[in-house]
Amino acid sequence: MAGLTGRMSTIVKAKVSKVLDRAEDPAETLDYSYSKQLELLQNVKKGIADVVTSKKRLQLQEAQMQQQVVKLDTQARQALAANREDLARVALERKQSVQTELQSMDSQIAELEAQQQKLIDSEAAMRAKLEAFRTKKEVIKAQYSAAEAQVRISEAATGVGEQMADVGLAMQRALDKTENMKARAAAVGELEDSGTFEDLTQLGPGKDDLDRQLEAIGAGGAVDDELSKMKAELGTGGGAPPAAIEAASGGAAPAQADATDDDAVEAQPAEAEEQSGSTP
Amino acid sequence: MIVRIFSDGQYRIPDDAQARLHELDIATVNAVDADDQAGFASNYTALIELIHSNGERLADEELEPSDLMLPPADITLEEAREEFTGEGLLPD
Repeated sequence: MAGLTGRMSTIVKAKVSKVLDRAEDPAETLDYSYSKQLELLQNVKKGIADVVTSKKRLQLQEAQMQQQVVKLDTQARQALAANREDLARVALERKQSVQTELQSMDSQIAELEAQQQKLIDSEAAMRAKLEAFRTKKEVIKAQYSAAEAQVRISEAATGVGEQMADVGLAMQRALDKTENMKARAAAVGELEDSGTFEDLTQLGPGKDDLDRQLEAIGAGGAVDDELSKMKAELGTGGGAPPAAIEAASGGAAPAQADATDDDAVEAQPAEAEEQSGSTP
Repeated sequence: MIVRIFSDGQYRIPDDAQARLHELDIATVNAVDADDQAGFASNYTALIELIHSNGERLADEELEPSDLMLPPADITLEEAREEFTGEGLLPD
């Protein structure tokens, strides 16, 4: 047969008979193969655990990006409130970029999850096959020590050998797959970490220009607030002491306070005039 | 005839399904030779389906020697090609 099945059969049979023929004691060979396969199965399990870790790391990054979206949205609102449409636009543009990035992250994570589930399923199948191998191996060993017909033993061992090859290939592929998945997850993670999108998302602790400008707006507002408070204090406390005393002693405090504010405002130009008059 | 699909199980195939099996097998290999991704996928899927629908699955613990062996159903074209070079797909 020149087909794929024929080729596969030839290779597997050659490998199995090579292993069995080489062995002086087939029972020992089978035991050895089994323990080696068990070891490999542990590697597959570890590989799956690594993939889960990689996926969690990506999910963490995804959560950070989601926070970034919220933050940029808030910043855009703050900027608009401060009549800085230019800054609001920048913030919204960045938000768009992060959201696009989030979508691709989403699909990467979903794919990792699907592959992870497949690996878990195939790990369970491998375990079942290994268990079948173990059982059969014990039967063959009993036959061998009972000096049963050699042909029957080797035939049985061939079937078992196939099973070993089957599980062996499955584990090899599973391990390759976990390596690929880990590498891909790491690549996506590194792309985010390395700051490829830094100019857009600023995931790091450093504050970017937009942050600073928005803070400046916030700080500017705070300074204005403080200034007007001070003006008010000066108006009541320093600008016109007699009025303040009147206000303190008088009954209609709010109305009086308004009046003192006006006094303070009126007082300022007067003082300025006095100063300009005295300097020359 | 007993057929083993790797990462799947063993099946007993009736004689009347063998000609079709052989046909699909050859078509699969031709697709590998021609680097024909679509042809490979459709022929190999049909081959696996033929075994699933015509074959009788052996119990997991039977472990009979197989007359034919097939790579896993999800094998890629690249892996199939690898099967024809050197030591094939199987790890040592």
